[in-house]
Amino acid sequence: MNWLTNFVRPRIQAIVRTRETPDNLWTKCPSCGQMVFHRDLAQNQFVCTNCGHHLRIGPNERFERLFDNGTHTRVPVPAVPADPLKFRDTKRYSDRLKDTRAKTGEEEAVVVAEGTIGGRATVMAVQNFAFMGGSMGLAAGEALIAGARRAVANGAAFIVFSAAGGARMQEGILSLMQMPRSIIAVELMHEARLPYIVVLTDPTTGGVTASYAMLGDVALAEPGALIGFAGPRVIEDTIREQLPEGFQRAEYLLEHGMIDMVVHRHRLRDTLVKLVTLMVPEERAGAAD
Amino acid sequence: MNVFLDFEKPVAELEGKIKELRHLSDGSEVNVGEEISRLQAKAETTLRQIYGKLTPWQRIQVARHPERPHFSDYVTALIEDFVPLAGDRTFGDDRALLGGLGRFRGRSVMVLGQEKGSGTEGRVKHNFGMAQPEGYRKAVRLMEMADRFRMPILTFVDTAGAYPGVGAEQRGQSEAIARSIEACLRVDVPLIAVIIGEGGSGGAIAIATGDRVLMMEHSVYSVISPEGCASILWRSADKARDAAEALRLTAEDLKELKVIDRVVPEPLGGAHRKPDDAVRSLGDAIAETLAEIENEGAPSRRLARREKFLAIGTALA
Repeated sequence: MNWLTNFVRPRIQAIVRTRETPDNLWTKCPSCGQMVFHRDLAQNQFVCTNCGHHLRIGPNERFERLFDNGTHTRVPVPAVPADPLKFRDTKRYSDRLKDTRAKTGEEEAVVVAEGTIGGRATVMAVQNFAFMGGSMGLAAGEALIAGARRAVANGAAFIVFSAAGGARMQEGILSLMQMPRSIIAVELMHEARLPYIVVLTDPTTGGVTASYAMLGDVALAEPGALIGFAGPRVIEDTIREQLPEGFQRAEYLLEHGMIDMVVHRHRLRDTLVKLVTLMVPEERAGAAD
Repeated sequence: MNVFLDFEKPVAELEGKIKELRHLSDGSEVNVGEEISRLQAKAETTLRQIYGKLTPWQRIQVARHPERPHFSDYVTALIEDFVPLAGDRTFGDDRALLGGLGRFRGRSVMVLGQEKGSGTEGRVKHNFGMAQPEGYRKAVRLMEMADRFRMPILTFVDTAGAYPGVGAEQRGQSEAIARSIEACLRVDVPLIAVIIGEGGSGGAIAIATGDRVLMMEHSVYSVISPEGCASILWRSADKARDAAEALRLTAEDLKELKVIDRVVPEPLGGAHRKPDDAVRSLGDAIAETLAEIENEGAPSRRLARREKFLAIGTALA
């Protein structure tokens, strides 16, 4: 039975899947289970056409959709020591990194780009959940610091999209040190009196939430996004408390005063344009150029 | 009364024998002094052998030892005229994270830290040292006050982590921790953080973003507990020992990684054996560290601290 379910079935499924959807034409909505034609989904900014669920998306989708005309350039991030602990669990961390880089085509979990939003210089950092759960290690900290520095140098707004299970455990204590380090990035923005806007996306938990993600001048969240410090399973397991309906979802955080608004992905660009143009006055935007 | 850890068994046996002999010799003519001193010497050698090569997993047991000195023990012994301060002025008072004003070797300081509590009742009262948002908001309030009155801040870290509960999440555990780290980074007075037992993740760094970070010899400091790490990465809590090795969470490891500045020696066999010695050892280390910071004469304490944290991890091979 085990052999059948664990070995044979996936193989059959793999064969069937590749034959039926050779170009990944259909995507199953993780919320309602509906099969959605991939092109429709992409056109709808990866919001399920059936139930409105916001699927997780990567840096490129964000950059192209949010910068004016989609025009942007990547901001280089200084290299960091690779695998400083020589960490190994069931697999070497260095191998995990290699695999993830090949799979995602990205160097690390946080990607930074610059362009304009509503004509105002803007730097954007996007945490990529597809890259080891978006986890925050040395590279993510470095990316946020580089992003803030670039924003300050250009008199730009800094918009950060958070998405992570938390710290990069394979970097041990050095990943914990990214909490203060990322907060230094926020401080740089505050001191320059430039807007620091956070968009919390699904999921944002752990040390990421407890550092830069909760310190935005303005905090937005995508509908239904899971946002919290401890993960719901951790709370259930250790405390044996029944979790209330909608607990740790974006709407719940809004109700408890933790964020400013929940914004549908279709209205995100308009909202960001409004915020950035309000927060960076025209004369200042001109002076920065 | 004494709690012995598994790997301390040989010592426990020897000390048991010593106690027995003492009891037997009470009022009797037999001279057991020689035998006792022989056993004592043996116990010390054994202890030295055991503690000379503790595995990371054993370190964790020592760091969590119930008789290890806690925040309150350090404050009682090191701080004169201690005035405890309570409350976050918003919601409540968190007894997992305590703090107040006092005098350390003649000068006014602000102290704060997690208190795990002793005995069942004490542990429950202090929520096992796991603070809620109110605790971190109190920490922010006290740090800001210290900054206003130009007082050095001493923090004592001893927590498995911030409390993972429904109420804590509702009231913004993440935001409270983030603000506490921010407050650590913002103050312009010296901030010395000491990991006295367990330095558990975000709940620890919230008050440990200091100009200098000290660790007691047998304390641990980690991004996640080995148990938690094992269940996520190995998908089995039984692999906690492996995770403890891989995470590099001992004081020597962290010194090597340049995340902490100083390892404070503990008495032979751990701080729980001779708490007074441990407390004195830390008191001296804090005094020296404070002098060191002040001699540095940085034009801005805040910016110097920022540079320190910006440099962490970047120069590792």
